[in-house]
Parts: sequence; structure tokens; C-alpha cells
Amino acid sequence: MKYMMFVCTDTEPDTDQVAGPDIEVWVSENDARGRRLEGSVLAPPSAATTVRVRNGQLLVSDGPFTETKEVIVGYDLLECADLDEAIEMARAHPMARSGRLELRPLADLDDRRRD
Amino acid sequence: MTDVRAAATADAVAAASEDAYARIVAALIRVTGDWTLAEDCAQEAMALALQRWPQQGVPDNPGGWLMTVARNRAIDVLRRASVERRKLAELAVLALADPGSAQAAAEEEVVDDRLRLIFTCCHPALSMEARVALTLRTIGGVPTADIARAFLVSESAMTRRLTRAKTRIAEAGIPYRVPTGPALAERLPGVLAVLYLLFTHGYNAAGRPAFADEAIRLARLLRQLMPGQGEVSALLALFLFQHSRRDARRDGHGNLLTLDRQDRHRWDHAAIAEGLRLLAGTPQDGPYALQARIAACHATAASVEATDWPAIATCYDRLARIQPSPVIELNRAVAHGYAHGPAAGLALLAQARAGGALDDYPPAVAAEADLTARHGDRDRAAALFRQAAAVAHSEPERRALLERAGELLGGDDRTRRPPSG
Repeated sequence: MKYMMFVCTDTEPDTDQVAGPDIEVWVSENDARGRRLEGSVLAPPSAATTVRVRNGQLLVSDGPFTETKEVIVGYDLLECADLDEAIEMARAHPMARSGRLELRPLADLDDRRRD
Repeated sequence: MTDVRAAATADAVAAASEDAYARIVAALIRVTGDWTLAEDCAQEAMALALQRWPQQGVPDNPGGWLMTVARNRAIDVLRRASVERRKLAELAVLALADPGSAQAAAEEEVVDDRLRLIFTCCHPALSMEARVALTLRTIGGVPTADIARAFLVSESAMTRRLTRAKTRIAEAGIPYRVPTGPALAERLPGVLAVLYLLFTHGYNAAGRPAFADEAIRLARLLRQLMPGQGEVSALLALFLFQHSRRDARRDGHGNLLTLDRQDRHRWDHAAIAEGLRLLAGTPQDGPYALQARIAACHATAASVEATDWPAIATCYDRLARIQPSPVIELNRAVAHGYAHGPAAGLALLAQARAGGALDDYPPAVAAEADLTARHGDRDRAAALFRQAAAVAHSEPERRALLERAGELLGGDDRTRRPPSG
């Protein structure tokens, strides 16, 4: 299954003093195992542009879809057997501590329940 | 005559389904991956048994009979949907032999399907309510209408919730698997928490007693499937100790009776003995083992006075260290109050209430009232009992607290609690 992992900030990060994992190690290890298909850091929300079409008319507006204190700062596309494997990957990501990670499966329109 | 026969058949179906239902559902889910299909087929098999067994007699191997019917039904449905040949082939060979056969035993050694089912229903990516409901429905086979009543929602709302939970398992990719290694240690407490919630749901004043029985049955099943996990045995022991008091907890008017007022002869002593045996085989003390040891002290005492309060206080000290919470701090204060005198209890209670988390929590106010009464200040104690009654969550609780307040002012000697130490 493919999972989109949204990397988000959080207003209440972990206060644990133990040193967190290294993002470079996380990326190279998961790339090597073929579990991270791609990923990137996003420009800040101030660079976002929102596009809508209503009644045939194009509406382009400045800013992100929602204005919140927590924002998406990056993403990774994962290839995992199931949710537990994706959770294992997410827990080892440094942003699991300083922010939060949202795992969203890509909808498989042909066969939703692949073994 | 027909009625007698029908009743006997219903009993036979109930007895067979108790064990077979979850087994069938779990096996069909493993092969087909379809939760709804698995449940529908298991239920149709039960329905057919109720129809056929009165005429044809109960088969020698009721569980095997039910599995065969359910499996054939699933094959029919899937064949019509022309699913892949592999699934159909696997369904065809789905173990039909009696559970005692060598093949079935060998397969169970790997991992029991029901264990997979329990861990999937209790996956942390599902909401706690969804976990409890799904466990009741899928492993317990409890009708959706009964679950809906316990959760105080309509049957259609509960049906939607269960459907959503099952869809989520498929869409989010929640695995049908028992976690291994360190993940098992992380996941097991969540499974036990679901069973505990289920038990509490059945044990509460306004709860449904059948759910407490169901929680005990599931804890037994889990223990049978994971005999090496001490906390599973400890949880079952804890349930048995608490459940042993079910017949003694209320007076003739339905009022809840505190421990000191219960007729200990009415406790279920066979259940207590079983709990003690389970606990004796549990060397490591996790949170449930400590709670069970506390319950065991109460269950084996001849009276409140004869209770080993110092042992209970020590268990609470350890519990407060590994699982700190305001309610545990409250219970710890009460235990120390009996073990080392009301002054010690009141001091710990003041600490426990300092955070404010216990404000307006009826048991905290009632505990302070009780300690105050034993400390000698009857007027203040009576006022505190009335204050606790004002915030009580149920009518029986409220009546019991008001009665205590009345006794204090009336000078009733019954309120004199056990001596300290």
C-alpha cells in the first residue's frame, strides 16, 4: 500500500530531552529499503496559492487552504505492507517528536483490499 | 414438548456458538478479507442450526458443522462475485476437521485466527469506542441492537459506526495480525484496556451485567491464546474478584452496599479461588496484577477489620509509581487511612486533591467524609457526605451517601469503621 505521510508542525512538541533521530539517517535508510518513494520539504504557507473554479469562474487566492497554527511542512510517499509498517516508519521520523505525522493511504480504486 | 425440544436446541446452538462464532468469523476474515461477509455467513450458519437441529438432532461436532455451513455459504457468495480462484481454493481447504485433530492443533500453534481478530479489533488506530463495539460484535457475536443500547445510541447509528470501523480497517491498511517483538508489549495493554472497559461497562451501577460476563469470557479466551502473558491472567483474576461480589453489592431496595456492609457469604467463593490460583502463577507485577492483588486482599478477608490494609497500601504505593493517576492517589490515601490511621489518609488525600483533578468527584468527597468521621469530626463528616451526595452520578449512590450522613448525625454506631493499624 502507498501512504502519503504529511509532515506537520505542532504547537506542543515533545519535551523529552533525549536526543531525537537524525532525518538524514531516516531518509537514507528508508530509501535503501525501498519504503520511501519520494518526499520533499514544502515552502512556507505564505507561498501557497489556492485555486477554485465556481460557476465556471476561476478563483485564485493567496494563502493556504486552512489557516491554522499547525501547518504541513513536508511530505513523504511511502510504500508499506500495511499501517503498522507505516507507523513504524513514522515513529522513527524526527518530526514525530517535534511535530506530528499524518498517514493517509492512497485510495486504490481498482482493489481497495490488496493482500 | 416442542417447546422443550426447541429450548434444548437453542441451548445447543448457544453452547456451540460461544466457541465457534469467533473461530468462524476469524477464519473467514483471514481467507476472504471481508469482515461483513464473514459475520453474515457465521450468522446464517447459526440461524440454519436453529432451524435444522430440532428436526435432525444436534450433530456430533456442532462447531465443525457450523464452520462447514458458513464456509460453503461464503464460497457461494464469492463464486457469484467471481473472486480470484486463490481465495476460493483457500476457502475450500479451510480446516473443517474437529478441533482436536492434529492438523488443527498444528495450525493453532502458529497463531490462532481469533487472536489475530482480537488484535485487529483493538488496533490503536481505531477510536476506543469503535474498538469496544467491534470486539463485542465480531469476537463476542453480541447483536448490534444490544451494543447500541449499552452505548445509548440507536441501532442504525451503531450499525453505521461498526460499518465505518470495518471500512477503516480495510482502507487504512490495518493489518490482520498479532504484532511480534516489542510491538506486542506495546499493543497488549490496549487490548487489555478494551476488555477492562467492557467489564466496567457491565459492572457499573447502570451497566449491562451481560457485558461483564462477556469480558470474563474474552479474558479467558485471551489467556488460553497467550498463556505466557502474566498481565492477561492478572486481568482475568481481577475480573473474577470483582465479579464474585455481584450478588452482594445491593440491598433489597437496590441500593449499592459498600464493602463493609456486604454479606461476605454471598460472594462467589469459587470465583475467588480461581482468581487466587491465577494470581499465584503471575510472578511479575504489572498494573493489573497489582490491582488484582489489592482485590485479592479484600476477597480473602473475613471482615473489613481483618483486611490486610498494610499490604493494600503497599500495592497502591507501587501502582502510583508505575501508573500515576488522581484516582489511584485517592485509593492510595484511603488504603493508608485504614492501614496507618485516618490522619495519614487525610494527609495523602490532601496531596491527591491538590491538583484539582478530583474536585467534585463523588468518591473523593466521600473518602474525605469517611476519613473525617473516623478522625472524630462527625458534623464535618456529615456535611461532606451530603456534599458528595449532591454530586453523585446515580440515584442509588446518592441515597447511600445521604444515609451515611444521617447515621452520623443520629449517632449510629455502625459508622464506626475499623481501628487503625
